[in-house]
Amino acid sequence: MENRTDKNSYTIIFAIAMVIVVGALLAFTASSLSPKISENQRIEKQQNILYAMGVNDNDESSAIFVSTQDAPELFNKYISKQLVIKNGEVSEDDQAYLIDLKKDKAAAGGDPAKRNLPLFVGEKDGVTHYIIPIYGKGLWDAIWGYVSLDENMVIQGAYFDHKGETPGLGANIKQRYFMDDFIGEHVLDDSGTFKGVTVAKGNADPINENKTDNEVDAIAGATITGDGVTAMIKSDLKLYKPYFDNLKNN
Amino acid sequence: MGLLSKKDTKLITDPLADNNPITIQVLGICSALAITAELKASIVMSISVMFVLGLGNVVISLMRNIIPSKIRIIVQLTVVAALVIIVDQVLKAFAYELSKTLSVFVGLIITNCIIMGRFEAFALANGPWKSFLDGIGNSLGYAVILIIVGFFRELLGSGTLLGFPVLGDPIAKTGLYAIGYENNGFMLLSPMALIVVGIIIWVQRTRNKALVEDH
Repeated sequence: MENRTDKNSYTIIFAIAMVIVVGALLAFTASSLSPKISENQRIEKQQNILYAMGVNDNDESSAIFVSTQDAPELFNKYISKQLVIKNGEVSEDDQAYLIDLKKDKAAAGGDPAKRNLPLFVGEKDGVTHYIIPIYGKGLWDAIWGYVSLDENMVIQGAYFDHKGETPGLGANIKQRYFMDDFIGEHVLDDSGTFKGVTVAKGNADPINENKTDNEVDAIAGATITGDGVTAMIKSDLKLYKPYFDNLKNN
Repeated sequence: MGLLSKKDTKLITDPLADNNPITIQVLGICSALAITAELKASIVMSISVMFVLGLGNVVISLMRNIIPSKIRIIVQLTVVAALVIIVDQVLKAFAYELSKTLSVFVGLIITNCIIMGRFEAFALANGPWKSFLDGIGNSLGYAVILIIVGFFRELLGSGTLLGFPVLGDPIAKTGLYAIGYENNGFMLLSPMALIVVGIIIWVQRTRNKALVEDH
C-alpha cells in the first residue's frame, strides 16, 4: 500500500508549510532579539577601543576587557574626541564608533577619498592616544582590530579580533602575546615614509626587542591570517598618514 | 525501574566506546580534525553538538511520521539549520561573549555528519525519548574523542592545556624546553589530528577484537 506521505501533492504541501513555519520562526527570533544584539555589539566596540588604549582588566597573560556595565561610562571618560575624516576634512561626530568599516569600504568602491575614516582621540595617564579601527580579511572570514598610535605613529596598543579563524592557529591573533608584540612598533620607517608593520615568518627576533624594524613574529601555522593582519594594517593605517603629518606641522 | 531502563542506558553508553560515532561509525571526522588544535575548542564544540543533536533528534523523531521520504534530507537539514541559527541568535543576545567563542563552530555544526547520520539512522525510526538519549549518547562519544585529540594536540603542539603553559616557556626556555624539548608545530595542523584519530582507532580495535571487520 502506498503511504500517503509518498504522494507528490503531500510532499509539495509539506515543503511549503515547512518553509513558512521555519521562516516565520527565524524572522520572529531575529526581529525580537535584534535590539539586544546591536546593544551588545555597540558595547563591544567601546570595549575594543578602550582595550587598544590600555583601559582593560588584563591579568598576567590573558586579554580581558573592562566589564560591559562599566564600558559606556569609561568610554565617555577616556575618549575625549571622536572624529571622522573624509577627503581630508576632519569633523567631530560622537557616533563615529558606530561607523561600519565594511559597509563604508564597499560604498566607497576602492576610492579612499569617499571613505568616512573614524578616529578616536583619548587620553590616559597623560598620554594621548589616537585610536584607528582597521578591517581586513583573514583565511576564512573577516578580521578587524583597533590600533592606538601616538603622534609619531608609534603603536601604543592593539586589539585584533576575527570572525572565523581556526582555533589554536589563526584565532590566536586575539591572544595577548601576539597583540602585545605590536606595542612600540613603528609604523613609519626611519625616513618618515609609511611602511606598516609586517607579521613576519622566519623572524630572527622572536622576543621582539627591535621595535623599529616594522616586524613582529608570526604565529606558526597561521600564515594567511598573519598576512591578513599585515595587509589591513598597511592599507588602513596609511589613510591616516596625512592627518598625522598635519598634526605634527601644527 | 529507575529513570533509565537497561535499554536506555545502553543508548547512552554504547556510543562512548563500542559504537563510537567517530571511530566506529566514522561520522563527524571533518569537524574533529578542524577544531581540535585547542582543548577548550574541543570542549565548546562538544557541548554545542550535544545541544543541537539532542534537540534535533527529538524534533525529527516527533516529525517522523509526517516527513515525506522524498525530501527527508532537506527537512533534516532545515531543522538543524534553524536550530543552530536560533541558538546562535539567543546566545548573541544573552551571552555575547560565549557566542563569540562559538561563532567558529556554528557553521561546522550544520555540516557535521553525526547530526544528519543520527537523524537518518535513529530519530526517523524511534520515539522522542529514545532519540534524545541517542543524541546525548552520540555527542558524548564524539566529545570523548574530541577531548582526547584536543588534549594531545594542544599539549604536544603548543605546550599548553586550556591555555595554561604546562611544559614551561618556549621562548624563555624554562621547564622541559630547557633540556631541548621543542613544540611540534605539526601537531597543530589537521593531518596530525587524523593520525591521532587513527591511533585511537588502532588502540580500540586491538583491545576489542570484535570491532575488527572480517574480509
